[in-house]
Amino acid sequence: MKRASKIYTALIMIFLFAPIAILLVFSFNRAKSLSVFSGFSLYWYRELFRDSETLKAVRNTLILAVSASLISTVMGTAAAVGINKLRNKFLRTALDSVTNIPMINPDIITGISLMLMFVFVGRLFGAATSLSFWTMLIAHITFCLPYVILQVLPKLQQMDKALPEAAMDLGCTPLRAFFKAELPEIMPGVVTGLIMAFTLSLDDFVISYFTAGNGFQTLPIRIYNMTKKTVTPKMYALATIIFFVILTLLLISNLSDDESVRKRREARANKKAAKEAVK
Amino acid sequence: MKKIIELKNITKAFDGDVVLDHINLDIYDNEFLTLLGPSGCGKTTTLRIIGGFETADEGDVIFMGENINELPPHKRNVNTVFQRYALFPHLNVFENVAFSLREKKTPKDEINKKVTEMLALVALKGFEKRSVSSLSGGQQQRVAIARALVNQPKVLLLDEPLAALDLKLRKDMQVELKNIQKATGITFVFVTHDQEEALSMSDTVVVMSEGRIQQIGTPVDIYNEPENAFVADFIGESNILDGVMLEDRKVSFAGHVFPCVDSGFERREPVDVVVRPEDVDIVSEEKGQLRGVVTSVTFLGVHYEIIVDISGFKWMIQTTDFADVGDHVGLFIEPDAIHIMKKSKYSGMFGDYSSFSDEMDEIGEVEIQELGELETESESGHE
Amino acid sequence: MNKKTRSLIQRMTLTPYSIWAALFIVVPLIFVAYYAFTDNSFRFTFGNITRFFTATSQIDDGESVREVRTYLVIFMRSLKLAVISTFICLLMGYPLAYIMARAKARTQSILLTLIMIPMWMNFLIRTYAWMTILQDTGILNSFLSALHLGRIHIIGTESAVVIGMVYDYFPYMVLPIYSVMAKLDVRLLEAASDLGCPAVSVLRRVIWPLSLPGVLSGVTMVLIPSISTFYISQKLGNGKFFLIGDAIEGQYVANNLHFAAAIAFILMVILLACMALVQKLANRKIIVA
Repeated sequence: MKRASKIYTALIMIFLFAPIAILLVFSFNRAKSLSVFSGFSLYWYRELFRDSETLKAVRNTLILAVSASLISTVMGTAAAVGINKLRNKFLRTALDSVTNIPMINPDIITGISLMLMFVFVGRLFGAATSLSFWTMLIAHITFCLPYVILQVLPKLQQMDKALPEAAMDLGCTPLRAFFKAELPEIMPGVVTGLIMAFTLSLDDFVISYFTAGNGFQTLPIRIYNMTKKTVTPKMYALATIIFFVILTLLLISNLSDDESVRKRREARANKKAAKEAVK
Repeated sequence: MKKIIELKNITKAFDGDVVLDHINLDIYDNEFLTLLGPSGCGKTTTLRIIGGFETADEGDVIFMGENINELPPHKRNVNTVFQRYALFPHLNVFENVAFSLREKKTPKDEINKKVTEMLALVALKGFEKRSVSSLSGGQQQRVAIARALVNQPKVLLLDEPLAALDLKLRKDMQVELKNIQKATGITFVFVTHDQEEALSMSDTVVVMSEGRIQQIGTPVDIYNEPENAFVADFIGESNILDGVMLEDRKVSFAGHVFPCVDSGFERREPVDVVVRPEDVDIVSEEKGQLRGVVTSVTFLGVHYEIIVDISGFKWMIQTTDFADVGDHVGLFIEPDAIHIMKKSKYSGMFGDYSSFSDEMDEIGEVEIQELGELETESESGHE
Repeated sequence: MNKKTRSLIQRMTLTPYSIWAALFIVVPLIFVAYYAFTDNSFRFTFGNITRFFTATSQIDDGESVREVRTYLVIFMRSLKLAVISTFICLLMGYPLAYIMARAKARTQSILLTLIMIPMWMNFLIRTYAWMTILQDTGILNSFLSALHLGRIHIIGTESAVVIGMVYDYFPYMVLPIYSVMAKLDVRLLEAASDLGCPAVSVLRRVIWPLSLPGVLSGVTMVLIPSISTFYISQKLGNGKFFLIGDAIEGQYVANNLHFAAAIAFILMVILLACMALVQKLANRKIIVA
């Protein structure tokens, strides 16, 4: 990189990380001030871990994200397989356009639209409040599905169409052929889809905000409620923890799917096998 | 010989396009049968119907006396070598070959024994642990064959298995495939568009075009006694002319009356006349039945390929005698070198070497396509 | 695969998703329209739509009191701020994407991770962090006064909202442009210079047109969330001015679901029209450029 490029990149990185750095530093502040650092303390972390509502919100978020990502991955992968085999052009276009809607539409509209339907249907059945964990789960599955399909479909298109046929030729039923020949091929897409769905669900605020019942609070909603009222560095402590969790996850995933590492490992295995063959 | 597969009146259409039009074909035990034809003639669809990957719209597939129309691929006692091998990339060589054995829950030591045997048969001993993506095209090909044969199927279906290999390797694999077929005694049904490959390997050749079978026969029959102008043109090179059968053993074409060996036509019936380029002798002008000017001479190693223009029709002649461009020469054709066939819908489509034959067109198309791709690429790059 | 298994597989795989998509993607949108065109007792009305275009309120700018169309003003403000933010994102992000795409593979993956880390933090937290930075008593001001540069009042202004939007959505601009540029064949650039193109021309005539698809998806990915956001303006605008998202949220909180639906409906229609237009322009541009 040239010098100008380096400086430019560095400036952008400062812009991106300055706010985060400030969060980190002030989460350890002894006083409540967010501009004057008056000494190191873990006070706000202790406060955070005493906050049962936030801890409950963390648990809720995880439950929601795990169920939404698993269900949307299974349904989305199946849908991608079906879409890939679809020969009817009209149906295909229709399905593609519908799948695109949640990705293009602003979150606020997706949220409002689902909320309106839930409220209407709830009223139809005479329920006072129809919003609950279940409406949130439906909403999360709905906005995760397109991303799963988007990850899996290209892998299916790249795959040699003869692979599942070869498996059937060698004695597999169509279903077994899918699991033994097709699924291993599209697995990278399925896993990426799952991770994307999980993080999208984890991070979502806007759609959750409109579809959440009173009893079920996720972490983003909890953060929203916390920032609505008084400002406390407790929030910073929470943000710091989230930051390090994310950093660890990113590092792990970067290390594990580093293409070059994988290839090198494979090449080494091949070389070894070849040597043994010569012997 | 025992019939192993019978196709009866098979018809198949995709989105209204008829791909197979009432195909009738018997495949016998132990034979090497080749489905030969240009792309789009229905040969691969025929193979896929036998394999169970497509269902015929009409007609029956009989396997050893039993109707297997409704039998799914995994229950059929046939196996397939796919066009681009379709090896499972997530499994190594051993596991690819062992795939169907594991599916049948075969005991471990039996799997070991059978896979080792198969890999020995295809000369891939020692490659067990290699990943299939690290193999060359020819090696992948062998794995695909071993994988399909390990099950000891009654019939092996091969869908253009050599198309992706380079010329030298293809020749070697042709010999090897033939040897494997002899060694195992399994019936091979082989699909190709390469007539040379078909002639050199097969016991029986089935020439197909536009969803119909044009001729079934031994390679020698197909070459020497083509049944219509299409077969004559597709198999080897031919000069195909319009002629009129004057009476038994007498035919008129190119403005000259020739003695021939065919009979049984109506008087003055219009016919197609086929003359193979190697059957034409170049003689001096006065000795020739026909006279013309040499327009092109190509040296091809064993022989020369000479184009002679006779009143506008370009004859192709393969001969070891040399002639020079511009020479006035005579052509002489022996009576038994003249093949007379009834007019068919292919009449008039081929014949003159001023235009290229079908096989050349196929190559030409590919090149044009590639050029097209390059053009669009450079367009987007340039704009 | 034969016909029977294919149709069986299709039924098994597509049916659940098709039903789901119909029920939870298509039907809810119909409900938006339904609520938008009905009153509280679900009788048909244009009232909600006309209210959006005609409702007025008074603005006191110190000197005089003006009457303005409330929601039109809000919408135009949203559009203005969103367009400005998108433009700044593009201006900042395009060179970065270019630098990244030309860097060594190792640097590329590090930079990519770095850009994605803030994206993975919840946007509420990110926005909140900026609030504490930009406050009158915030770090920026203590920093400035420590350097004896005086103080600036920025929180509660449109600039603060723009900073928030740019910060929150910046990665959505860089990533699509980067992914297009990373695939760009280096030989094309070499060919262009070989054909006598100076560096600036290479940028204008080769790199820019080829990266246009990435730019377009970057622009949409920044423009749409920033036009419809409702948290950023509340926190960084100090709730002093509303954006279209705040209007929807406000009506929702006040339980005016029909009017909230009407605003959402109008926003959706306008966005759809915009996107169709952009797509058309883009198509023409790619051909003409």
